[in-house]
Amino acid sequence: MNAARRSHGRSPSAPVGSPVADRALHVVRAGALTTVQDGGRAGYAHLGVPRSGALDPGAARLLNRLVGNPVDAAVLETTVNGCALRPRSAVTVAVGGAPCPVRVAGRPAPWGVPVTVPAGALLEVGTAVAGVRSYVAVSGGVAVEPVLGSRATDLLSGLGPAPLADGTVLPLGRPVGPPARVDAVPWPAPPRELVFHVVLGPRDDWFTPDAVRELTTRTYRVSPAANRIGLRTEGPVLGRARAGELPSEGMVSGAVQVPPDGHPVVFLADHPTTGGYPVIAVVRAADLAAAAQARPGTPVRFRVVRRR
Amino acid sequence: MSGELVYGVVALPVGDDALLLETGSGEQVRALHAELLRRRAAGTLPAREIVPAARTVLLDGLPDPAAWAARLALLTAPPAPPPAAAPVELPVRYDGPDLADVAAHWGVPVAEVARIHSAAEYTVAFCGFTPGFGYLTGLPAAYDVPRRATPRTAVPAGAVALAGPYTGVYPRPSPGGWQLIGSARAVLWDHTRDPAALLAPGTRVRFVPVGEP
Repeated sequence: MNAARRSHGRSPSAPVGSPVADRALHVVRAGALTTVQDGGRAGYAHLGVPRSGALDPGAARLLNRLVGNPVDAAVLETTVNGCALRPRSAVTVAVGGAPCPVRVAGRPAPWGVPVTVPAGALLEVGTAVAGVRSYVAVSGGVAVEPVLGSRATDLLSGLGPAPLADGTVLPLGRPVGPPARVDAVPWPAPPRELVFHVVLGPRDDWFTPDAVRELTTRTYRVSPAANRIGLRTEGPVLGRARAGELPSEGMVSGAVQVPPDGHPVVFLADHPTTGGYPVIAVVRAADLAAAAQARPGTPVRFRVVRRR
Repeated sequence: MSGELVYGVVALPVGDDALLLETGSGEQVRALHAELLRRRAAGTLPAREIVPAARTVLLDGLPDPAAWAARLALLTAPPAPPPAAAPVELPVRYDGPDLADVAAHWGVPVAEVARIHSAAEYTVAFCGFTPGFGYLTGLPAAYDVPRRATPRTAVPAGAVALAGPYTGVYPRPSPGGWQLIGSARAVLWDHTRDPAALLAPGTRVRFVPVGEP
């Protein structure tokens, strides 16, 4: 993926989020999977480009507000075991999403609120004590070069910067606002179970009535294979009422797609734009952020609601 | 152009803010897609994404899809206008590893595959799978081929491939289960280029054989 390597140049003008000399983050420890995320790239689904963007967008937006960034500035999304970063100049950061220990220059620092990291000091984002994905917002935002209007890493199609590696240097933009003056910020706890409110269809008629009943009354569990593309689940297999192939059709975030093995997959940010397996139901957008924080084994229940 | 074409469009709401419009044929999808793009450009259709596919057009980011379902079920649209632009010409070396299998499916000598495939004119019906991958229609139905029984774990960028009624060209190396008949050198996708995608829904394409068959 050359995008990340090419993305460290400076743009001629310096709007919000553009890289600024000496404002950069050195990645000391990349962690299991740490990616750059923002609001994602809308408007290109017809070319096969996934939306992408932070899996827990509310967390990313809140952290940006805390450090004085525009809400859609690019942040880092970690997976389970955090990361460690060394800024070249003093920055304000905020770590939120999945709760985790935070250390600055070796000393414990608060989670979920703005923190100052001096130039050259090490910011350590520890292993999540609950949930999966911690987010790190940095004043000025991560200023890698946007691809189709977004800096998000799309793991399905490889657009945007490559996942962080030890030694990666990320440019930072110029801060535009002061950090928020807060002592404590209310954060939702990571979910002990996922309750997905779903609207049935568009292809529920491809399944047996039993399958629809199973989906909406039984308990599923988050599979270890869940990722940014889809929350794979384990549980009762959903039987088809119809054989044959569904011609490829457009897919939305939250689509509960059922591949031939009968195990429902809830499409998340990096989902493919078209697909040929039937969608039995669609999860409400407001319920999807919790999926970002659900560990494998977390119970999942699907509850049918009427379309708004 | 003949009079207005009325579709029996089936409008299926998808969650709280999307609508799937289902038609009877790929040709109807093309006309419907063109009409929906016109309406969005005119400011009368507030959809974030308009995604054509084999038999459907998805409108995503559409407030109150149930209300739109009622309106769009009565949609009329003229037949899709012939594309103004000349076809994109893709030089192809017909040297794919599945040429013999495809020839066998078609019941023709291997050397005939290039001639038959390059004689047709194609249209990008829709995109998907990976950015810049178009599903091209245009080959007569008699030449449909199945996917390979075992997908390849690595198909090179530029591979020209067949599956079902479609021809596709892989924009980047990926796994793939399509039958590989040739290779093209064109850059299908380059996000630093405008437009990034060489092939978008509605683009016409011709394959031009190059080199030894």
